[in-house]
Order: sequence, then C-alpha cells, then structure tokens
Amino acid sequence: MDLTLTDSEAAFRDEVRSWLEENHPGPSPEGDDQAEFGFRRAWQKRMHEAGWAGLSWPEEYGGRGATLIEQSIFNEELARQRVPLPANVLGLVMGGPVVIAHGNESQKERYLEPILSGDEIWCQGFSEPESGSDLASLKTRAVKANGSWKVTGQKVWTTYAHEAKYCMLLARTDQDAPKHKGITYFILDMDQPGVEVRPLRQLTGEAEFNEIFLEEAEVPDENIVGEVGAGWQVAITTLMFERAGLGAAAVMGLKRTMEDLLALVRERGLDGDPVIRQRIAELQIGIEAMRLGSLRALTQTMKTGIPGPEGSLSKWQWADYNQALTELGNEVLGPEGMRVGTDWSYRFLRSRANSIEGGTTEVLKNIIAERVLGLPRLR
Amino acid sequence: MNFDLNDEQQEIRRTAHEFLASRFPPSKVRELAEARSYDDALWKEIAELGWPGIAIDEDDGGQGLGVVELAVLLEEAGYACAPSPLLGSAGAALVISAAGSNEQRAEWLPKLASGEATGSFGGFGQAANGEAEGTLFCDLPTADVVVTFHHGGAFLAPASELDFETIEAIDATRSYGLITEPTGDPMPGDVDGGRDRLAVAIAAELTGIAQRTMEMAVEYARERQQFGRPIGAYQAVGHRCAAMLLATEESRSLSYYAAWTADAEPESLPIAAAMAGARAADAGWQVPASALQVFGGIGFTWEHDLQFWLKRGRVAGRLLGTPRDHRERVADLSGLGSGEPVPA
Repeated sequence: MDLTLTDSEAAFRDEVRSWLEENHPGPSPEGDDQAEFGFRRAWQKRMHEAGWAGLSWPEEYGGRGATLIEQSIFNEELARQRVPLPANVLGLVMGGPVVIAHGNESQKERYLEPILSGDEIWCQGFSEPESGSDLASLKTRAVKANGSWKVTGQKVWTTYAHEAKYCMLLARTDQDAPKHKGITYFILDMDQPGVEVRPLRQLTGEAEFNEIFLEEAEVPDENIVGEVGAGWQVAITTLMFERAGLGAAAVMGLKRTMEDLLALVRERGLDGDPVIRQRIAELQIGIEAMRLGSLRALTQTMKTGIPGPEGSLSKWQWADYNQALTELGNEVLGPEGMRVGTDWSYRFLRSRANSIEGGTTEVLKNIIAERVLGLPRLR
Repeated sequence: MNFDLNDEQQEIRRTAHEFLASRFPPSKVRELAEARSYDDALWKEIAELGWPGIAIDEDDGGQGLGVVELAVLLEEAGYACAPSPLLGSAGAALVISAAGSNEQRAEWLPKLASGEATGSFGGFGQAANGEAEGTLFCDLPTADVVVTFHHGGAFLAPASELDFETIEAIDATRSYGLITEPTGDPMPGDVDGGRDRLAVAIAAELTGIAQRTMEMAVEYARERQQFGRPIGAYQAVGHRCAAMLLATEESRSLSYYAAWTADAEPESLPIAAAMAGARAADAGWQVPASALQVFGGIGFTWEHDLQFWLKRGRVAGRLLGTPRDHRERVADLSGLGSGEPVPA
C-alpha cells in the first residue's frame, strides 16, 4: 500500500498544474448561453493546441495516451482550479472513444480531429420519453432504404443538441430481435430537415437539455459504428469507460462545494452550531470516503484493465453527498436561499437531478446487489 | 499510487483469516462468550504468531511492521469475532510506543510483544452534567498494564495498582472493566499520536465486523425463501444489502488510509483517524443491525450467532468516545475550529 504519487506521476501533476495556472481562461460568462458556449469552444481550442484535449486517446489519434492515474490526476486538477468544461465534452469522453474502439479507419479519419479541436460538437441520443432506466426498450426506429437509413422517433435529455453537428444515436433496426440485439449505433448528422431540436426547460428554469424529434432523418450506411444490431454492446463499452478517471473530478467538485459551504457557515456565524458541525463532519467523511474508494477502484482497474461494477458506488455517493451539501447550503442561507437565481438556490435545485441522471440511484443499487453481492435478479 | 495491500500484507491477511477461521469458528466464539472467558492456549498461539507485537519496534521486541499490518490482523479478528485480549494489548502497545518514556517502553513493550503481559486502555471524559465519566476499559479484568486517557494526557499503570470493577457488557466476546479514577505515571510522548493510532486499530476491527455481518446477511438473502422466491430478489432487501456494502467499503477505505498515514504521512493522521473512527463506529453498528433486519425473527434469537458481532460492534464503536465525538473532531480539523481552514 502506497498512496504517494510516483516521481513520474508527481511530475505529470506539476506539469498539468502549472499549465493550467498559466492558461486558466477565467470564469465563464454568465447569463448568455451563446457567449458561454463560445467561451468554452475557445477554451477547448487552447487545450487542444497544447495537446491536452483527448488526454486518454492513443497518440496515433491525436491524444496523449495517458494512463488511468494520469487521467485521474488531470481531472482532479481541472476541478481543483475550477476550470470550465470544454465545449465538446461528450465528443471527448464518449464519441471519440467509441469511434476509436469500434469505428473503421475512414470514420477515424473523418471524425476524430474535429472532435478534439471542438470544431464539430457531439451530442448523445440515447434516452427516450418511454425508455429511461430501461434504455434497451427504446423505440426510435431506423429503416433501411437504398444505402442509407431513415430514422423516426424521439430522444430526450440531449445536452448540447442545439450546438451539435453529430449525434450518437441508438435506434432499433430489427423489431423482431430480442430487445438488446435489435439496436444499432449511428452517427447522425444534425444538420438536416428531418431533425428538429427543441429546448427542454427544467425545474431550475433554464434549458440545459433538449428534445430531438426525428422524422425520416437520413443516415448513410457508412455512419454505422460497429455492426448492424450490435449497438447495445457499442454503447455499453462507452458507458463503462466514460466513468474511468472521472471519479477524482467528481470528488474535487464536491470538495469545492464543501469549501463554499464552510465559508458560508463561517460568514453566517454558524461555525459553533453543534448540529451544523455534525452535518458538516458527516459530509466531510463521506466525501473523503468517496475519494479513497475511487483510488481503490482505480488501483483495481489498473490491475485488471476493466472498470468493475463497483464504480456504481461512486455515482451513488456523489449524488447523495452533493444533494446533502447543497441542501445544507440552502438551509444555512435561510430566506435568501429561497430566492430565485442565487447560486445556492440554483445548486440546490439542480442537484435533485443527480440521483436520476446517468443512472438512477435505484438502478445503481440493483447493479451493486446483483453484480457485486451476487443476489438474485431484483424486482 | 497503489491503494491495495502489498504481497506481504496479503499474505498476513490470508494467514490470519485461515488461522482465525480454524481456531475461532462460531461455535468456539459462543462457547467462550457464554463462559465470558478467553482461551489461554489460543492466546499463546496468537502470541507465537507475533500478532500482539506486530506494530511494536524490533528494538522493543516486536516485529517492527506498521499500523497497516496491525489493521489487517484486527480486521480479521473482527471478522471472526475472536474472543482474545488482542485489541487491548496491541492497542495499549500503540500508545506506549508513541507516548511512553524510555522506562515505560522498556518495561512493557517486550512483554506485550511476546504476549507474556496483556494490556488495556480506556479514558475519562466529561459527562453533560459536568462530572468525570469513564469509558469501558477494553480487556481490563485480565490486563497487566493499563493506559488511561485523561484531559488530553495519558497515564500508565500496572493493573495491580488500580481499583477497578469488572463489567458484564452486552458484548460477551471481550472482557471489560471500569476504573474509579485516572491512575498511574504520566506518559511524556506523543499522546495524541498514540490515541489516533488506537482509533485506527478499533476502526479496523469494526470494519471486519461490518464485513462479516454483511456476508451473513447476503448469504441468507440468497437462500431464504418467502412468497415463493429468495428474499434477496426483493429490492427492499437487495437495496438494504447494497447500503451495507457501501457502509462497509467506506469504513474500510477510511481505516486503511488512516493506517497508512500513521506509518507514512503522520501529518494527515489526526483527521484521517477521526474520520475512520466515526465511519467505522457507524458501520460497525448499522451493518449488523441491518443484517438483523434481513434475518428477521431468527436473528433475534439467542441461538443465532449474529448477536455476537452485533453487540461487539456496538461496544467497540464507543470505546474511545462516540461517533459524535469523532465527528466533532472532524469539524474542528475541517476549518470549523479555531485554526485556519484546510485547503482541499
């Protein structure tokens, strides 16, 4: 057992840290979505020029071939310095890795570079109104027609759809096959008449997500990733690797929120309140347990090469602790916390989605019970 | 960065697991608990394996390994619920090693390391009504030497010089006592460091208790049939088991990290030990209690073995103060104390 960074890991951290200190773009512009997205595009471009975009991608595809621990260090530093997200976050963590793992040579040639540079933004069309946790029941269908496919259906909770050039789309290509086997993974060009994007206003008041309505949208054969009917496997491998190395960033995000909360508690003169002290301590302990659990999982993944189902624990912890942190912040603020548009009232409301997005806590518990503990299939 | 036991530590775990499983099967735990006694021959075997002295310096007659190795042993001891004076002895030795004078070390550490003498620890705090209140002293009735924490300091005394009372605690797998007042010679060294290491040792044992009771519950949930299917197929039960895993793993991560800081990064030990102490005490009670709910009626019977882990977990989690006390210390060290805030 040795939790210190090796010399090369420490050198990597120092390199990342000093580059970020010199190149930090400052806080994102607020209140103007267009301006904010443009700011993030510019930031991604700067990261790409310095070779930091696509850190985990192999060098032959323009990445850095970083190890898992380096990815973890990198993401932790980003969160530590409160660096804005790159514009094409879904392309970088999902779209690109899928093309690298399952795409053919001409797809790699065509898509990877513009993902890294942020010139072509990607979005993800998985969830549907009737297919949330039971994703494999999705109904959007693609019908073959002369070297291309016509896609009809509806997708929901699509981030960046209004900015995106391409959509990672799961659609049913075989109505008769078992539900996991009849799905194909497409790269859909968003810029065509059969695709309509509508903003989806959420309970915080803003529209962070979209709905996509597809009416005979066209996808050529060459935009299929993997085999026809193998889309579920393609999607699953992406989802597994999506989380690798992200645990550290999630923990650092919680630590930043905790810092803000501690400052608020002191400012309000509540640092001597025994109940607040107990709740703060409980959350500090939870966040630290999550940090350490992520490091243990990282050690295991580096040994076996595959992220295990234990990753579900981190997602569960993150949702629980972030909700508890923002609730406490909101409570400490008193009446001010009830006002629309304050930082804490926003965080408090936004965190309600944490236990739903990216796998509900209930589904995560099912995964843990079945795949880690070996209990029978739950119902 | 490698957050896993190394090969040697894995070997210690394997050996301890097998030894304890063969010497302390649940029938033996029950026999000793019902008699409220330890088995001298088994203690002799444990001593010959070098366990009481595993974290004692070689110069003081020990094996010279670290708190991580001791944590491995104690996790396994908790897993087995083994009745023996290991925690009292190894715990007292941790404090004497950190805080004892040269004379105190020379007098007691070699004997504790060899198992010829056994130890005990406990402390005094202040009750809500302002009066001094002693904690239960672990392994006191059979101990030769006793560490007493009092007002931020610690005292060391031969048991023969103490007035004490044997307590029949709810946990019958270990012996406990109360002393009437702090007694002994002051310990001049790093008392806080000793106390933190002790908190880590207890946390490791509690992790083992949580692990074992989780396994018992999961095994039962796979087999027990109601309404025509295993109860583990119901989400209400399955999700309860998932929560037991989370509590156990949090306890384990925090305990091993704290043990590692004790050996390799002592400046991080105080908050790490307080965090481990709090979470392990919670897990060491909540997981067995949750397991009891999975077992239902059978788990509530005297005949069922779960009670030994349940009761030991409850008592062990309060040996050096309550989880609330540990959390209070975490708050203090997190920037809600008088000091400067700790940066993330």
